[in-house]
Order: sequence, then C-alpha cells, then structure tokens
Amino acid sequence: MRVSKYIKKWFPLFALPTTAAFFLAFLIPFGMGIYLSFTSFRTVTDAKWVGLSNYVTAFTENSDFLHALWFSVRFTLVSVVTVNVIAFAFALLLTRAIRATNIFRAVFFLPNLIGGIVLAYVWQLIINGVLGKLFQQDLTYSPAYGFWGLVVVVNWQMIGYMMIIYIAGLQNVPGDVLEAADIDGAGFWARLFQVTIPMVAGSITICTFLTLTNSLKLFDQNLALTAGAPNHQTEGVSLNIYRTFYNIRNHMGVGQAKAVIFFVIVAAIAFVQLRATRSKEEEG
Amino acid sequence: MEERNKAFRIVGFWALLVLAVLWLVPLFLVLINSLKSNLFITADPFALPNAETFTAAANYTGGVQRTGFFSAFGYSLFITVFSVLVICVVTPMTAWYISRVKAWYTSVLYYLFVFSMIVPFDMVMFTMSKLANWTHLDNPVGIILLYTGFGAGLSVFIFVGFIRAIPIELEEAAMIDGANPFKVFFTVIFPVLRPTAVTVAILNAMWIWNDYRLPYLVIGSNYKTIPIAVQNYMQGSYGQKDMGGFMAMLVLSIIPIIVFYLLGQRHIIKGVTAGAVKG
Amino acid sequence: MNKKIVALTAATAIALAGLAACSGGSGSGSDTGQVYFLNFKPEVADVWEAIAKDYTAETGVSVKVVTAASGTYEQTLTSEIAKSDAPTVFQINGPVGYANWKDYTADLTDSDLYKHLSDQTLAITGADGGVYGIPYVVEGYGIIYNDAIMKKYFALADQKSGLTDATEIQSFDQLKTVVEDMTAHKADLGIQGVFSNTSLKPGDDWRWQTHLMNVPLYYEFKDSNVDLSAGTPATIKFSYADGFKKLFDLYLDNSTVEKTQLGSKTVDEAMAEFALGQSAMVQNGNWGWSQVAGVAGNTVLAEDVHFLPLYIGVSGEKSQGLCIGTENYFSINKDASAADQQASLDFLYWVFSSDKGKDYVANQLGFIAPFDTFATGEGPSDPLATEVSSWMAKDGVTSVPWVFSVMPSQDWKNNFGGELLTYAQGSTDWATVVSDTVADWATQAKAAAEAAG
Repeated sequence: MRVSKYIKKWFPLFALPTTAAFFLAFLIPFGMGIYLSFTSFRTVTDAKWVGLSNYVTAFTENSDFLHALWFSVRFTLVSVVTVNVIAFAFALLLTRAIRATNIFRAVFFLPNLIGGIVLAYVWQLIINGVLGKLFQQDLTYSPAYGFWGLVVVVNWQMIGYMMIIYIAGLQNVPGDVLEAADIDGAGFWARLFQVTIPMVAGSITICTFLTLTNSLKLFDQNLALTAGAPNHQTEGVSLNIYRTFYNIRNHMGVGQAKAVIFFVIVAAIAFVQLRATRSKEEEG
Repeated sequence: MEERNKAFRIVGFWALLVLAVLWLVPLFLVLINSLKSNLFITADPFALPNAETFTAAANYTGGVQRTGFFSAFGYSLFITVFSVLVICVVTPMTAWYISRVKAWYTSVLYYLFVFSMIVPFDMVMFTMSKLANWTHLDNPVGIILLYTGFGAGLSVFIFVGFIRAIPIELEEAAMIDGANPFKVFFTVIFPVLRPTAVTVAILNAMWIWNDYRLPYLVIGSNYKTIPIAVQNYMQGSYGQKDMGGFMAMLVLSIIPIIVFYLLGQRHIIKGVTAGAVKG
Repeated sequence: MNKKIVALTAATAIALAGLAACSGGSGSGSDTGQVYFLNFKPEVADVWEAIAKDYTAETGVSVKVVTAASGTYEQTLTSEIAKSDAPTVFQINGPVGYANWKDYTADLTDSDLYKHLSDQTLAITGADGGVYGIPYVVEGYGIIYNDAIMKKYFALADQKSGLTDATEIQSFDQLKTVVEDMTAHKADLGIQGVFSNTSLKPGDDWRWQTHLMNVPLYYEFKDSNVDLSAGTPATIKFSYADGFKKLFDLYLDNSTVEKTQLGSKTVDEAMAEFALGQSAMVQNGNWGWSQVAGVAGNTVLAEDVHFLPLYIGVSGEKSQGLCIGTENYFSINKDASAADQQASLDFLYWVFSSDKGKDYVANQLGFIAPFDTFATGEGPSDPLATEVSSWMAKDGVTSVPWVFSVMPSQDWKNNFGGELLTYAQGSTDWATVVSDTVADWATQAKAAAEAAG
C-alpha cells in the first residue's frame, strides 16, 4: 500500500505515454468505429445517422459477407486441427532425444518469421506450378484449390510456433510419470492419451486459442494467395471487410458494420474459451 | 524395450530430416527462380536455371531499382526498431504503475488493455488511419506512436503478469532508502524485467516488421515498407509484371529475417515460449 | 519533489508532441506553390518521376508524384483526397469520374492547357458550363497482329479462308474462319496458338471486362440513344452479349494457353508470347508496343504490327474502326491553395508545351496528345501509335468511342472479370454471367447515384 501511495501521483510519467498512445491508436478509433457503423458517411465529418440499415445491408445486399464468414469458419476449423496435430507430433518427436534436435527446431520455426504477404507469394508460385504440371490448371480454377492452398500456407507458417509451445509443455512432463506408465506396460497410444496429453492440456489450450484467432483474422495470406479469386469464392471475412471499405462505392458504413459484427464474433469466442479454461482450472 | 526405442529414434530422425528438407524447399525454389529470366518462371517453376534461362543478378539489380527496395528496407528497419524501443521503455513503466497503484482507474486501464488484444484490426482499420491523418501521425515517426498504442495491450499484459510475481518488499526497501519512483523502477524493477522485455521486443518486432495493412493504410502512399513494396510490385501496373524481379524481391525480403534469426535464435525461441505461456 | 514531477511531466509531453510534430514536415510555407501529382498509369510511373525531377531542376517548384497500383486508383484517390496533404492534380476517367469527384474539381476554363486542346468538346464540362476535366492522351486498341505470321498463313497452299491478306478481314465471320484455319495449321505456322493467352488473373483481366466489353456496350447505348454525359445509366441489358461471347470464345478456343489455367496468366505474359512469335494476335492497345519491343528475344518487327478492330458480328461492322478515346482527364483539386493550383496548372502546361516536356510526352510516355502545341510529326513514332492515327483517318470507318468510362465502378469490373474467369474454367454458364453482370450493374449504379446525390 505504501508503494501505491508513493507512486500514485507519478501517473503522467509512468502511465500517460502509453495511455495517450493507446487512446489515439485504439480506444478512440474503436469508439468512432462503433458510432460510424450506424451512420452513412464519406469523409467521417459528414456522418448521418442511419440506424441499423448498414447491418441490414451487410447481410441482404448479396451473399458475399455470409459466404466469407462461412469460408473463414471452415478454414479456421480445418487449420486448428491440422496445425495442432502436426505441431504436437513434431514436438513429440523432438523431445525424444533425437540427434540434431535444435537444428530441426530452428528449421521448422523459420517460416513463422516470414510475413504473410511474402509467404503466400512463395506458395502461389509452387501451387500454380504443381497444378499446371499435373492438371493444366491453377489456383483460381476451383475454390477448393484456394481453400486448401491457404490451409497449406498457414500450416507451414504456424506449425513451428505451436511446436515450440508444445515442446515447452512436454519438457515439463516429469520423466518419472512416463516411466511409471512404461512399467505398467501401457502402450504408446495409451500413454499418449492417458498421461501425456492431459499433462500438456495447458499448452493445448493456448495453441488452440492462438490458431483459432489467427486463422479467423487472416488477411495478408488471403490477399496475396488468391485475393478471393475466383469470384470472391475464397474470400475470408477480413478480406471482405477490406473490399467493402475501399473498393465498393458508398459502402464505408457497411464495411464498419461488418467489422463490428466480426468483432462481436471474435470477442464471443474469446469469452467462451476463457470461461472454459477458467472452469477447468478450478476443477483441477 | 531398448531395441524399440532405438529403432524409434532412427525412424524418427529420418522422418524429421525428410520433413525439414520439405520445409525448406519453398525457399529454395524462390531462390532458384530469382536467377531465371522473367518468362521461364511461371512456365516451369521447378526447372533449374540453364544456359538459356539463367540471368545471373539481372533480376536483383532490376527489381531493387524498380521497387525501391533499399528505401523500403530502411523504412521497415526504422519503424520496427524505434517502435520496439519505445514499446519496451514505456509499457513496462505503465505495467508497473498499474500493478502497484490500487485505484479504480488502474483496473479500468488494465481491463481496457486486455480487451484490446481480442479486437480484430478490421474494427479500427478505417478510423485509425483517418485519425492518424488528422493528427499528422501519417509518417514514419508518427506511426511509431500508433504501434505503441496498438501494441500496448499485449505488452502491458505480459509485463503485468511478471511484475505481479516480483515481491513488493524490494521496492519498499528502496523507497525507505529515499529513492524516487523513477529510480526505483530503473534500478530495482527494470533489471528484473529484462528477460521479459526481450520477449516483448521479439513478439512486437515479428509483428511490426511483417505488418502490411496498418502501414499501407496510414503511410503507404508516401513511404513503402517491405510488405507494401512486395504487394505493390505484384499488383504491378497495367500488364507489366516482372516475375523475375519479383522473385528477387522475395529473396531479398527473406534474407534479413534469416540473418536476424541466425543471430538471435536462442532468444527468439525462448521469447516465443515465454510470451505464449503468459499470453 | 513536486518540481521534479512537473519537470518530468513537461519532458514527457514535449517528447510526445515532438513525436507527433516532426511529422507535419512538408508544411507549405512557400508562396510558389507545390504540385502533388497522383498518377493513374503505373506503367509510366518512372517517366513521370523523371519529368517531375527535370521540372523541379528548371523551375525550383517541387513536384511530388505518387502512383497508385493498377486497379486501385479510385481506392487511393478516396483515401488521399481526404488527407490534409491532398493531391493537387488527380485524374478522372470521364463523366462518371466527374460525377464522383465533382466536389473536388476546379474550373479550368481559363487554363492554358484548355485553350490549347485541339477539340474542346472532348473536355468534361459541368452543368454550369465550366470545364472540370481535360483529356491529355488519346489511345486506341483492337487486335494487334503480326503480319509476318499472317503472310505465312495466307501463302499456305491449303488455307481455306479465301482471303489473301489480313487487311481483308472486315467482319467477325471472316476473322473466325481465318483464326480457326490458322489453329488447324498451327504447326506449319510455328505458333502455339493464334491468340496470346486470355489473361484472367484478377488485376490482369481489364482487356476483357473493360476493353472488350466496350464494344457491346457501345452498340447497346447507340441503339437506345443513351445520354452518356449524364453518367452511369441505371441499368444495362447487355443486349449484345452474344457478340461478346463469340469473340471471347474465339480467343479462348484458339489460344496459347488452356482455358483452365487462365486465372494466373498476366497481360505481361500475353505480350511476351506475342513478342516471341508464339502467337499471331493479341488484343491490346497502342501502349503495348514498348512492352513488345522490350521483351528479350523479341521477333516482331515494327513494320509487321497492325491493328484489326474488335468485330463481334454486328451487321454492318465493316465500317467499325478501332476503339479510340481516353479515360484520362486531368483535374485540379479546388481545395488546394491558390498557389498550389496555379503551380499545378503551370506544371501541366509545361509538360505539354515546352520542347523538353513534349519530347517526354511523345517519346517516353508515347502519348498521342490532343493539344495544338504539338505540330505534325511531333507525335509518337512507335508503330502502334502511328497505326491508331491512320485508322482514325480511314475513310468509311467510324471509331468506336470509349464508353466504358460510364461503367459504375472498379468493383463492377472486377466482379465481371471474376465471372469471365469462372466461365472460361467452365464452372459458370454464359446465361449466369449475363444475368449476374446485368444485376450487379443495377446495384452498383444505384450505389454510385446515392454517393453522388
């Protein structure tokens, strides 16, 4: 308490710089965003209140927004599963005292440092090359190509990151627990599901949350790999919002309304996840 | 049992080796294609350069010139380095204040910071860039302030988590000795936070270096960072897309990352682990 | 203690303000004015930058050139114009562009540039009679063909076209006969396809969604006497959709590249195929010559490139010429300071009237500029530009004006391009393409009208 009193009046030095920047870059734009989603505007200063009409337009004008939402949801489900299963498998292998572990770890992590734009163009070259050779087709030929192409890109990028977190989790599993299970004669799968996985539940929660939100919010990779081609069929939510804002005339209010809807969805997922984790921790 | 373990290790090693090679193939392919001339890239990206298709460094010299790669590199470096520095100085101070001062406004601030972490960028994309223009922050210096503000959420959150674990007695002792809070923070708290600061620096650097939308919308028309230069180049102009130069650009944008990685691998991997466990 | 806090607070505040203020940077203190030129044509971005540098060296007036990436001009202008440091010179694409940006365009009636416009009816005028956009380049497009390959074809003993020279092609049916027979003789002619690839990569599909679409729209508007100066018509019927399909199918079926692979093909590759002699024809405009000539290993001779009009099988199309017009009009931002506006006008006039400027325009930009400051012989010398001029002068031939400037928006064009791609790939049938495109026009024209109103 004494410390609290002592530094309380130092707010301007300690808290003001961050807080001011935070208000400018986040809080004020956030508030403005909510307000503008209920208006029609071109230059912001000319905003006119239109009630819920932007929200109605977002869903009724055409099916693009719903389609984009559905695309993002499908994409997120698939990548959460693939990224986590593969990353976990890598982590298991790498914690088994295999030679050159550090080099492998470094290699698998590398793509994570490369930005989404560059990464997606690297894969665009490869995927178009493969499809061209095999079927005389390309990424835009079918929405399925774009979808799975995006899954590949995101897996290549995120597996390394999640693997690192799983390795940290696995290293905290006490060796004697596994040995005890060994002596009990438990097989590989039994040990995995009954001993290892429950002990890294924390890492699994973190990784699921990270892959979930990152996949939902995906923008750069989507823009660079297909930009929605063909015909907006591989367009995720974020890309759809962007296009609504900047490419469709007189739609800034609608774009902002879509952004609010997207925010509510992400916040709801985060809330549910937090609740679930909390209750689990309380049980344990 | 021993036998089985040994067999497992050998199989595991080879499996990993194959995977690691596969992991690097994409980068290798881009490198190969950056040495081939324009017309032979999309036609057959898997072919090695030969006498007819090899162009030596022509793609590099041409690409660098057309995209202004070095200026893009300069802007990216400037913005990333200074944003990270500012974040690593101001956010731990704020985190300390929030953790130690018990008042309604510190808890409100804390929850606002946490809240900001889940808000998608799309939500503030338009209004932030508008505000940045009104306040004249739409330049490479002003954008540092935006990154500080937008990155504050995660950074403060991580620092608060660590500060709460520091016993308050240390600070009390220092204060009884007559040190002012400024001195207490920099002599007692900051040294303890140093590993956390490395984590925060790495997480923010990875984000800011690769960020596309924020700089594109705020400063993109005048100052192009690397992701903007790459994207612009590919969008290209009416009918002129130089794939060779583009491949060279990709290679050039990946090289700094690999250098950075080789230099700080240990810290990066530690930082990511620590950040994730806290975050 | 309190003093210290005050001092530190002040320091923080100063630091923050400093961060923010370093920015304002390019404050326009001087009364000579400055120019901010928002360039529409990315392919000549370097030339504009060179011009700007020369102009600054000569006059001391600073000229900033910013170029929007292809297909993003509207988007860039939308965000730039609202900024405090907004463009002083920007470009509008015709009546629709004017309707969109009329809040920002200054009256140019008294400008030197307007006084020297050869045909003043080409300028964009507002309801009040003022001049708000000045065209600065006339361009033409059609099907470019390589006469060396065509001659080889017409010389074949077993050719079935019944013609002897490419200039005899004067209708879609003749074109179809020739093209299909050429495809049958691909091996003899040493080509991979008659037409270069039908590039449909998003951003590279403007040859079809804008340029080819111009022809059916032109006939439709002509039939129904649409007043194009009024901006975007509320609806279209796409009544010449069949004609569009005929020519588009001809491109697709007689191409160097499979229909299934077009979504990743670029115009650049199409022009390269033409330059390397892999194809005999490519739809494009006079701006394409530098691209052809610039390909390493180019086999096409300047005297062999000629144009054919875009025949879509309309009756009497013998008299149809190339598509000639402009979608590039200069406008001056009326919200800029008077000094900046004057500086911008002076800059533009210098480019199109000084010897140095004209040299850039004719030889580096390759523009056929519609100003009387250009004497005969001062125009561009490249073969395609010369071809456009000779087609304009041909007796009994009427050029097709560029009506695509009334298309409702870039997004409409992009959507149409997407439809064409899925049509080429076989996943959308033609009837759907037509109905979607007509419906999207109505939606987007309505949005545009609301935005303008």
